[in-house]
Order: sequence, then C-alpha cells, then structure tokens
Amino acid sequence: MRLELVKRPQRSMLFSALSPFIAFVLTIIAGAIMFALLGVNPLTAFRIYFIEPISQVWQMHELAIKAAPLILIAVGLSVCYKANIWNIGAEGQFILGGIVGSIFPVLFPQFEGPLVLPLMLLFGMVGGAAYAAIPALLKTRFNTNEILTSLMLVYVAQLFLDWLVRGPWRDPQGHGFPQTIQFNDSAILPELLPESGRANWGFVFALVAAILIWILMSRMLKGFEVRVLGSSPRAGRFAGFGLNRMVFFAFLLSGALAGLAGISEVSGAIGQLQPVISPGYGFTAIIVAFLGRLNPLGIVAAGLVLALTYLGGEAVQSALGISDKVARVFQGMLLFFVLGCDTLIHYRIRLIGFAAPKLETVPKLEEAR
Amino acid sequence: MDITVNILLTIATAATPLLIAAIGELVVERSGVLNLGVEGMMIMGAVGGFGAGYLTGSPWIGLLAAIAMGAVFSLLFAVMTLSLATNQVATGLSLTLLGLGLSGMMGTNFVGQPGERLPNLDIPGLTAIPVVGRLLFGQDPIFYISIALTAAVMWFLFKTRTGLTLRSIGDSHASAHALGIHVIRYRYLSVIFGGACAGLAGGHLSLVYTPQWVENMTAGRGWIALALVVFASWRPWRVLAGAYIFGAVWIGQLHAQAFGIPVPSQLLSSLPYLATVVVLVLISRNKRLTMMNTPASLGQPFVPDR
Repeated sequence: MRLELVKRPQRSMLFSALSPFIAFVLTIIAGAIMFALLGVNPLTAFRIYFIEPISQVWQMHELAIKAAPLILIAVGLSVCYKANIWNIGAEGQFILGGIVGSIFPVLFPQFEGPLVLPLMLLFGMVGGAAYAAIPALLKTRFNTNEILTSLMLVYVAQLFLDWLVRGPWRDPQGHGFPQTIQFNDSAILPELLPESGRANWGFVFALVAAILIWILMSRMLKGFEVRVLGSSPRAGRFAGFGLNRMVFFAFLLSGALAGLAGISEVSGAIGQLQPVISPGYGFTAIIVAFLGRLNPLGIVAAGLVLALTYLGGEAVQSALGISDKVARVFQGMLLFFVLGCDTLIHYRIRLIGFAAPKLETVPKLEEAR
Repeated sequence: MDITVNILLTIATAATPLLIAAIGELVVERSGVLNLGVEGMMIMGAVGGFGAGYLTGSPWIGLLAAIAMGAVFSLLFAVMTLSLATNQVATGLSLTLLGLGLSGMMGTNFVGQPGERLPNLDIPGLTAIPVVGRLLFGQDPIFYISIALTAAVMWFLFKTRTGLTLRSIGDSHASAHALGIHVIRYRYLSVIFGGACAGLAGGHLSLVYTPQWVENMTAGRGWIALALVVFASWRPWRVLAGAYIFGAVWIGQLHAQAFGIPVPSQLLSSLPYLATVVVLVLISRNKRLTMMNTPASLGQPFVPDR
C-alpha cells in the first residue's frame, strides 16, 4: 500500500469548507482512544470536557475570557502567515504588552480617571509591537531567520517579567509574594455584563479586531499585497510591493494585537502582574490561526473551540484527575489533523496497492484529468 | 586544576544534548526538510527515557526507549510533510506543541520520582590518570556516542555516495527525482534519523544531565539546536564547535549564579537565548555565505509527478 497525491486542477471548494470539520471529528476519535487508554469512559470524559464547561451562562463568560486573547493574537498572526512571514513569538509580545501596559497602574498608582485605561491599552500595543519589531529588524537588516529569533525572545520576555515581579515591581506590602500591587479601579478593564459573569471588554476588542482585519485582507490593497507577497514574492516585487516593508507591517501589526491581548488579560482577567500571565496563549493562537484557515471570521469560531479545550482541560483535571495537559494534547492533535485535511483541498489522495500494475494506473489518471 | 577539569566536564555534559539534536537536524535539513519539531521530539525522548528507566530500573533500557520515542514521534511529521505534503513550518510547530503536551500528560506520575542515571565510563587504570583521565575516559556513555555520531555523519555526508545523493536531494529534489532517486524514501529515513537523535538528546537530559522528570525540562534546547544548524552553516564539525560554545554559555551562567555575582539571575538565565539571537545575526548578515550553504530546496514540499 502506498499513498499518492494527485494534484487537483483547482482548489476544491468542498474540502476547503469541510476540512476543519473533518479535522475536528478525527480529533474527537483520537481523543476517545486516548481517554479509553487512560481508563476513562470516553463518553463521560467528553461530556465533562466539551459540554459541562459551557452549560451555564457564567461559564460562557469564562469561555469568552479565554477566547479573547486567542482571537486577538491569531488574527494578527494570520496576516503574517498569509504573507509567508513566521512570527511564532506572539507569547513574548503578549507578555511585553502586559508589562508595558502596566506601567501606569504599577508605577503611578495615584493616577486615576478615564484616561488611564486608553493609555494602558495604547502602551500595551506599543510594547507588543516594539518587541515584535526586533525580529522584523533582524530579518530585514541582517537576513536573520525570524522563526528562531522571535521564539528565543519568548524565553527572554518570560524571564524579564519574572525579574520585574520579584524585583523592582514587587508589591512591598505583598508579604513577599512575587506580584505587583493590585491595579486601582480605573486601571481595570470593565466587565461586559457584571450581573451574569466575568467576561470583559477584551472579547469585544477581539471581535472588532477580527472584523477590521477581515476588511483589511479582503477589501483593501494592503490585504492584496499581503496575499501576493505570500504566494509569490517574485510577482510581488514586479508589482512594486516591498518585501521588507511587508515584514515590518506584519510583525508590527501582529505584535500590537498580541500586546493588546496581553494588557487586556492583565487588566481584565488578572488585575495585577504575576510571574506567569499566560497559559501559552501565544502558542495556542498559532493553532487557532490555522484552524480558522487564516481567515479572521474563521478564527473567531476557532478561538471559541480552542478556548473550550482549555476549560475542558481544567474540568477533566478536577473531575477525573487527569492532567490538564490533556488540553495541550487536544490542541496539538487538532492542528495536526487540520494540516493533514488541508492537503485534500489541493490534492486527491489515491491508495495504490503494491500489486497494481503501473500501466493500468496511468490511463486512469489521464481519464481523471 | 581539579576545578578546571570539573568545569570542562560540565560543559561537555551541557553541550552533548545540543550536539546530538543538532547533528540529527543537520542530516534532516541536508535532505531538504525543515523539521521545527526538535523541541517536541526531544521532550518526548526525555519523558520516554525517564519513564522506561524508572519502570524497569535500567537506564540502558531508558536510553533505548528515548531513541525509539523520538524516532516514532518524528514519523508523525514524516507522514504529514512527506506523504501528505503539508506545510513543513506549521507541521513542525504542531509537533513541538503536541510533544510538550503529550510529555506533560505521560509524565504526570513521574514528577518528583528519583530517576536512574547512566553510569560514567570507568576503565581501571585509564580513568585514574590525572587531568586527562576523567576527560577522555570518565564521561557518560552518551558523550562518546555524540562524538562518534558527529564523525560518522561527517563521513557519511561527504565521503559516501549515499551521502552525496542525500545532499543532492536537499539542493534540488526535482533533479534528483528526474535521475530516478527515491526522494521521499531518503527523506523519510532522514527525518526518522533526526527524530532518533532528538530522542537520544532528550534521553541525555533525563538520564544523565538531571536524572529526573520535570515538565518542559528541555527549556528551549531543541530550538537552540535548530539555531546551531544555521550557525554551523550545515557543516557537522561547526555544529560540534557551536554546541560546545553554547554549552559553555549555559554552564557559565549557572556558575555565575552560584557565585552570586550582583546581576539578576533572570538576566543570566536569558543569556543562552540572547546569545542564540546574537550568533544568528552574526552568521546570517553575510547573505552570500548563507545563500551558498543553505540546502536550496529546504522547507519546500515535494510531490513526485510522473
């Protein structure tokens, strides 16, 4: 038995629409096998994992809290990946956004009023964008591989945050706990519907960002430039599109959105800086971007699905005593299956037995064309 | 004198996993495949090695399990990118994400358990020679494997016909295919070799370096190994040199922390990562040199036509 790919004359619209769903079904099947191996009834596990975490209104709020950073980061990354630019350091840009945005509430706690929040959000975006500018600069100036530099900077950002909250920014009245002071009220991102749950404005930011990026990519020249440079840099050069400018554009945009996600998380869900402010949102957002087919509207749906994997992971940990790492496994499997199913968009897959004589398959192929 | 020997020994121990993982990835990239899943394969090797050693009580079985784990895990990447022609960057990333998650889940019960350590070589008479004895004859077995592996890969790539074929596939898979070379088969074997190496490197971490299981214990070493391959411009002996330089940086910052010099420990801990960025910049700023050495079809999917 051998796999063979036969190129389709044009991309299949059917599989383009179906592939995320096929991937999801395959993930469920693989997940069932995994739960069975762990000695848990898969049906029970799935009920706890996928249904119970969203059966009440306040839980929908939790879902929105988890989905917001994922969507914000992923729509930015989708622009990068469309342009064939590989920013995989969004986790670091998220952290820097959280740090720079927190300058006001941590260093000037007496500064209050309606100006505080907009400034924090702006600083968060600037922080994320500035941090993303480093790999962009190194790539354009020194031709350095952006995958490796952006990833290395994640570790540096994590250590920098760790130093801040244990050192200069530590709350002197915090009994030695590694954390900053609690933000004052005007530095807290308001909740959307306080009477029913905790969801905050971060989710609205995410939806607005998704719509804006959708308009950018489908209705504006810049979006066309991104797509052309991504699929054929040579054609882009003839059209007068600058690759270096595109690298900066993509990195600054995705960095700013990751930074916004960071400061929204810190001022909304957490309320202070801690040594760890992200359960790997920057990496999970990569999965969200691909599951959403690099399309901003698809990313909103994918963000909600991936947010559910986080909640489900916590749920099975407390109910069944399985490690919450199960969430990461689900996320990784999902990305694998999505990438595999995407092959169906461009190729037909044929299985060829060893016994099949070659002569017979060739005319068949001609017929197919 | 004793202190110098000790520092050299710890540098070798820190460099060995980087060297093995990078040498494996070098072969993979020479065949034209970019596998960004090194970190994931390495951590799977670490958990598999620790687990097998812990459950059987034999670190040697752990060693074999680590290699097997890395190889099997890399097969996932091979099927996706080679048989299904998926995007190599995205697939490699997902391999890393999956590996980090899967290892965390598999290792839940291993946290805090005492592990098995591979014994150091001890040859009566030779190991006891002052200074050079311990450096040459008293290290852990994986150290010797790493040196032998580097030499073997050097010989294979540049002195054998199969190695030449492999390099030609990396430079132009279309021409190689036209010459009747089985591109996909070569690449499968390369990816699996790379996976076995990454698994062995992970096994070194959990069976020699710190014989215990800690989540995310690879701490970015897989990524540094990837950077080392670029740094070495795809040449094995430069990977060896690079791995020891990075090993020295890694150990240097640990010693600096232990001596309590007045610099935040977090800054020292970030030195290996910052050094990676600096080194990458220094190497890649020479555009011509990089272009000349990079395997020309690196990272591009190949679908054989008829």
